[in-house]
Amino acid sequence: MFGDFQALETVSFDIHDNEFFTLLGPSGCGKTTLLRMIAGFEVPTTGRIALHGKDIQGLPPHKRRVNTVFQNYALFPHMTLEQNIAYGLENLGWPSEKTRARVAEMLDLVHMSKFARRKPQQLSGGQRQRVALARALAPEPEVLLLDEPLSALDLKLRQAMREELRALQRQTGLTFVFVTHDQEEALDMSDRICVLGGGRIQQLGTPRDIYENPTNRFVANFIGETNFFDVDLLSIDGNMARVRTPLGLDLTVPQRNVRSSQQKVTLSLRPETIGLGDQASGEIMTGTVVATNYLGGHTQYIIRVGDMDIRVSRRNSWNDAETLAEGATVKLGFHPEAARVLGQ
Amino acid sequence: MREFRIWGLLPAQILMVATLIVPVLIIVAVSFATRGPYGGFDFVPTTAAYRQILFTEGWSGEVEFNPQYLIIIARTVLLATLTTLICMVLAFPVAYWITLQKRTARTILLVAVTLPFWVSMIVRVYAWLIILGNDGVIEKTLRLTGITDDIGSLLFNNRAMLVGMVYSYIPLMILPVFASIEKLDPALIEASHDLHASRAVTLRRVILPLCWPGLAAGAILVFVPSLGAVLEPILLGGGKIMMMGNLIQMQFGGARNWPFGAAVAIMLMCVVMAFLLFNGLRAMRKAVGEMA
Repeated sequence: MFGDFQALETVSFDIHDNEFFTLLGPSGCGKTTLLRMIAGFEVPTTGRIALHGKDIQGLPPHKRRVNTVFQNYALFPHMTLEQNIAYGLENLGWPSEKTRARVAEMLDLVHMSKFARRKPQQLSGGQRQRVALARALAPEPEVLLLDEPLSALDLKLRQAMREELRALQRQTGLTFVFVTHDQEEALDMSDRICVLGGGRIQQLGTPRDIYENPTNRFVANFIGETNFFDVDLLSIDGNMARVRTPLGLDLTVPQRNVRSSQQKVTLSLRPETIGLGDQASGEIMTGTVVATNYLGGHTQYIIRVGDMDIRVSRRNSWNDAETLAEGATVKLGFHPEAARVLGQ
Repeated sequence: MREFRIWGLLPAQILMVATLIVPVLIIVAVSFATRGPYGGFDFVPTTAAYRQILFTEGWSGEVEFNPQYLIIIARTVLLATLTTLICMVLAFPVAYWITLQKRTARTILLVAVTLPFWVSMIVRVYAWLIILGNDGVIEKTLRLTGITDDIGSLLFNNRAMLVGMVYSYIPLMILPVFASIEKLDPALIEASHDLHASRAVTLRRVILPLCWPGLAAGAILVFVPSLGAVLEPILLGGGKIMMMGNLIQMQFGGARNWPFGAAVAIMLMCVVMAFLLFNGLRAMRKAVGEMA
């Protein structure tokens, strides 16, 4: 809670042991607040936080077996890397022999042994990131919290660190709770993702589940790109819904959360599920190319069909015919099974 | 361009030489001169003034060791050191508390800290006469509440001087300490708690070391003027207890012994220089350590 503004509505979920769990959402969705509650820096007005069945609600941060990797690392500038990593162990009262061994082990784990005597200011961003990780892992937490740890790094480094983080999680078998606003990061690393929006859980599931079967418009919009069409609902039959598109096409499409009382529903169609030209199959339409964006690995087209702009992305390959010119007339086709009808 | 940079500094250099270096050299020269019969000095080189700090010449011309002035120097250094330490201990929580306030409240409080400087030092120190004096606020309160009848004199002793000096110079400690606490990244404090440190450990191992530059700056700002304190000994020490400042003032005034006054002034300067040198060396060693 910030002042009298309610940052989070009722949120309830379980995180499994040894899981890479991601809290994903736009800024201001409450994901950092949630993480800070687990760490103990923020106290929920109501509710319960339990760690392995034990209520940790009343415990101050320093008594929780939970450690955090902070967004800007928060390494102690007056201590060497060794001292930074040993800090948590000393506070737990570890004997000095054991502490020294653990510090060496952690430095080795993140490949920073060479820099043990350096101060944080003498390191690059990626190196600081690794030290912050080692420092948080050293006291053997039951859960490791990561607050947008990659956001301060540049793109190449970010991708490298993604893999390192994932490998580290597998290696240590620890439960990671990772906070990010970057959906690509979340899809790449997580075992499960909790999508937060407007202070509520929008969806909780595996990356594949969330991308392919979003439960609502918010999730479909936030994760990846998609085309939304307002369509009329004709009938519902179990997991399928029969809808009529503005172009007068009747389709049978998989549905999530649609109530039969609704008349207008949203149809979501991912750009990569639409075929262009000779790759078009299924329901065929004809449109005009309005815009093309060459993006290296794939090209994105905006194609106007009737009065609708449809976004289509096509993978570029070595034997491609040249990109379609703007203004060209093109055939496009999609399979209704690839689309989703979403309730609100 | 380079030439302009050098010549452009000339006004500042002239000012420095004319107002700082020349007067200091004059004082050095006077300290080696002979005392004039009616004040002032004669240009006859001698080290008599410095010898006078340690030795007295008896009536019959024998030279005796006289600790009187050494005691004054020792008292001055001791009181200034105590003032600095007490200011550190008191200023830190105050500065910390100010950093926790909202923006407007913070500005108001900082102005309030500097507010005493708007009033003449004499008036402010005089106020302590009324607070500590016979029938003053403290004595009356103690008597009326029946805690004690006889507390002895609160005034005219070392303790009263110390109170006055701490009061006079504490703003000079609060301001730099405030600046250093304000620069402290709150995430570091959270990180410390996260790494299982209690509040006390966090204060000792994270907050204090990182605020050390502010405390060191405050120590210089408080210690140096404390060494030269003149008013507090006169008003709160009742003129009975002397510090170096009073001794110097007396030599140029009533005692009319300019060379001796100059020699004590040079001694005072040496104490300040030694302190600053110690501070500077510490900072330098730290900077070098960080570069390695």
